[in-house]
Amino acid sequence: MKRIYIFIFILLNFFFFVSCNKEIVQRTSQYPALAPSNIDANADTWKPILATNPASFTVAAPDAVTSPAYIADINEIKAYQGKLTSAQQAIINYWSAGAVLRWNEILRELVAKHNLPPYQNADGSYPFPSSTNPFAYPIFPFSNPPYAARAYAYLSAAQYDALVTAYHFKNVYNRVAPYTYDQTIQPSIPKSALPSYPSEDAVVAGASVEMMKLLFPADIDYIEQKATEEMQYRIMAGANTRGELVAGQLLGAQVADLFTARARTDRAGKAIGTPAQWVALQTNATSRGDVYWQSLESPARPPMLPLFGKVLPFLFDTLTVVALRPSPPNLAGSAAFQKELDEVLSYSKNVTRDQQAQVEFWADGVGTYTPPGHWNAIASDEFVKQNYSEVRWARNLALLNMAEMDAAICCWDTKYFYFNERPSQANPEIKSLTGVPNFPSYTSGHSNFSGAAATILSYLLPDRGTKFTDMANQAAMSRLYGALHFRSDCEVGLVTGNKVGQYAIKRAQTDGAGN
Amino acid sequence: MSKSLLLSSCRYGIIICFCLLNVRVATAQTDADALMISKNFYCAGGTYGNSSWTNYWEGTFKRDNLNLGKVSTNTYTFIGNYGITSKLNILFNAPYVTTHASAGTLKGQSGLQDLSVTLKWLTYQHSLRGGKLSFFSILSGSLPLSNYEPDFLPLSIGLHCKSVMLRGLLNYKYNRFLLGASAQYIQHGDLTIDRNAYYTTTLIYSNQVYMPNANNVMLSAGYLDKHIYFGANVTKATTLGGFDIRKNDMPFPSNRMNATTTGAMFKYSFSAVSGWELLAGGNYVLDGRNVGQAQTFYGGVFYLFNLSKNTK
Repeated sequence: MKRIYIFIFILLNFFFFVSCNKEIVQRTSQYPALAPSNIDANADTWKPILATNPASFTVAAPDAVTSPAYIADINEIKAYQGKLTSAQQAIINYWSAGAVLRWNEILRELVAKHNLPPYQNADGSYPFPSSTNPFAYPIFPFSNPPYAARAYAYLSAAQYDALVTAYHFKNVYNRVAPYTYDQTIQPSIPKSALPSYPSEDAVVAGASVEMMKLLFPADIDYIEQKATEEMQYRIMAGANTRGELVAGQLLGAQVADLFTARARTDRAGKAIGTPAQWVALQTNATSRGDVYWQSLESPARPPMLPLFGKVLPFLFDTLTVVALRPSPPNLAGSAAFQKELDEVLSYSKNVTRDQQAQVEFWADGVGTYTPPGHWNAIASDEFVKQNYSEVRWARNLALLNMAEMDAAICCWDTKYFYFNERPSQANPEIKSLTGVPNFPSYTSGHSNFSGAAATILSYLLPDRGTKFTDMANQAAMSRLYGALHFRSDCEVGLVTGNKVGQYAIKRAQTDGAGN
Repeated sequence: MSKSLLLSSCRYGIIICFCLLNVRVATAQTDADALMISKNFYCAGGTYGNSSWTNYWEGTFKRDNLNLGKVSTNTYTFIGNYGITSKLNILFNAPYVTTHASAGTLKGQSGLQDLSVTLKWLTYQHSLRGGKLSFFSILSGSLPLSNYEPDFLPLSIGLHCKSVMLRGLLNYKYNRFLLGASAQYIQHGDLTIDRNAYYTTTLIYSNQVYMPNANNVMLSAGYLDKHIYFGANVTKATTLGGFDIRKNDMPFPSNRMNATTTGAMFKYSFSAVSGWELLAGGNYVLDGRNVGQAQTFYGGVFYLFNLSKNTK
């Protein structure tokens, strides 16, 4: 008998451990419902990016409140009142944190999903994803950091313009929210004094779907399902009528058309370059007396988007890209070069566990949302605390992401103008703590992205003090600790990033939104 | 305690580092054999193991990777076993692990891995058709011994999560021949990583990683006499959940790591009661998912002490 008791005791102990709750609680699921401290009623006067003329868009007048269509819309809302299932309540909880926020997260997820370098062909060459055949392997796109930076910028910019334009029509039609019109409707989210037609959520969804169809065409089903869910949320929550939503989606899509048209002609499509252009890059570096960059991958992979530096920036012109290009890196073999190379080797050999943690925290490499995505996540965690309106969310993320895209352009221009080697190419003894990216060393992409992001975020949230610049310094130095970059790559990259960020500040100071 | 059981009591396999993408699937021979040490006997020793793979499975797609070349793992394990009673043993082991990739730029890792402690209880014994049938209940726990980096597969030295394992082992001994079958359930605790967002099949905003639990089943056959033990086994390890490595992605600790492994082991005891023992063996992964097709060789030296004061 004693034996049985011992056996039961062991089993009970085991199942005590087994029953421990392993559920992961994501911090993004804890965000509260958006309750703007300021509805920014004058946002129709804010300076848009491309959509400068609201009269060029069509938004049909709303149905009269006495019309059968409006009455049917109100009844549709009422049918949900007090009858929500827990699954429906979960949808409301998710979306009520904010449309701009959630669509930004959806984009981050798609970036991470597609941030995978294509697997080689049998002959050792590499296939390229094709936007005309997005579903075939390699699935379009390969959302590497420049691609991602550009995607975040277009999405945020389109959302911002769509909302500014929506504010114009809100003020034109001045339709009250369904819960204001019919006091029996109890919204399950905070009430808003903003005119309700067209719906902000729908405008954001319409613009986002249109933009993401272009950027992530293989995920169109997922994207549209998210939009449908969001529209359902507004009705279930008693926040918008179907008419307000339909009008919003149509307007959002119209505004996004300006951005898809720009994206099709912004030269990103040609950023891969041609084999002849890749060879010219080598010749360029050699003529400078430097050692040219070689892929450290096996089989050797063509350089990542070598002509991305030619893409049209949002915050300045292409001449400014050239003007912002830093002076050349240390020449291979020079004393300064050797000194920095030795420093990288010493980190490669003697990195501390804390430094390694810093490397992994900021690695943002393959299969992640990339450094710009990381800065979007950082910004979102902060913006949530600010109780912004949707339009201010969009404006601030647009400022951040235009800075990130333009930082990518400047950084890529510099990388491929100088086309110099990575530390591990100069000394194969140097081993890294995360993957070595497949593009030249000078300057560090992480440092450019982080410098630009920290500069604009510090402007938008001055009470955070040096929080963002401290983070940017950590991100930049993580690339040295991880043995991916020379110190000067990181330091100069931060400086250029800061300069790009200043252009975003300049825009923020004059866009009519205040701080 | 029968003499033959005592003889082989110091029998230690090595931790089979299936070293799947360097993941130690906790199938230690130590907690999977049918052999007990006598009361007040203590066995101590060390093993060295080398495990390596060139091919691995990315999901179900088998490939090599010229940016890793051959990934190898060296494991130096200190092992102890004490007989609380002849029916209850306590075992522990603590490996020091180094990893290395022969190609590419990724830096090999090294460090003290996880401490495992096992209680092994001979729960039931019964004579059957001229042989002896026994059932063992084996409870193990493991926890990381150092702050090593788990989020750097395939070069991490381990998964850096706490685990609890329960094994049931049925063994039949007939003359000098052994047949065994066992099943183990492994409960992993969540893992904390240095990042605060990561992608599995969705993007997850947390530094905590849900680690799927796992199980394994093992069949073994062996020969045992006063000096020699020879055994062979097949093990099928299954992760209960987890996700596949995507094409050309990096592996992640919560991948669905499965492996079917076959192994053989040889042990020689110089003395009939206490004294030196030598061990050698190997394993090979026949089939897998999100793991490396590792081959492992190991060897070890043990000494069996008799701590009883009343023993001459």
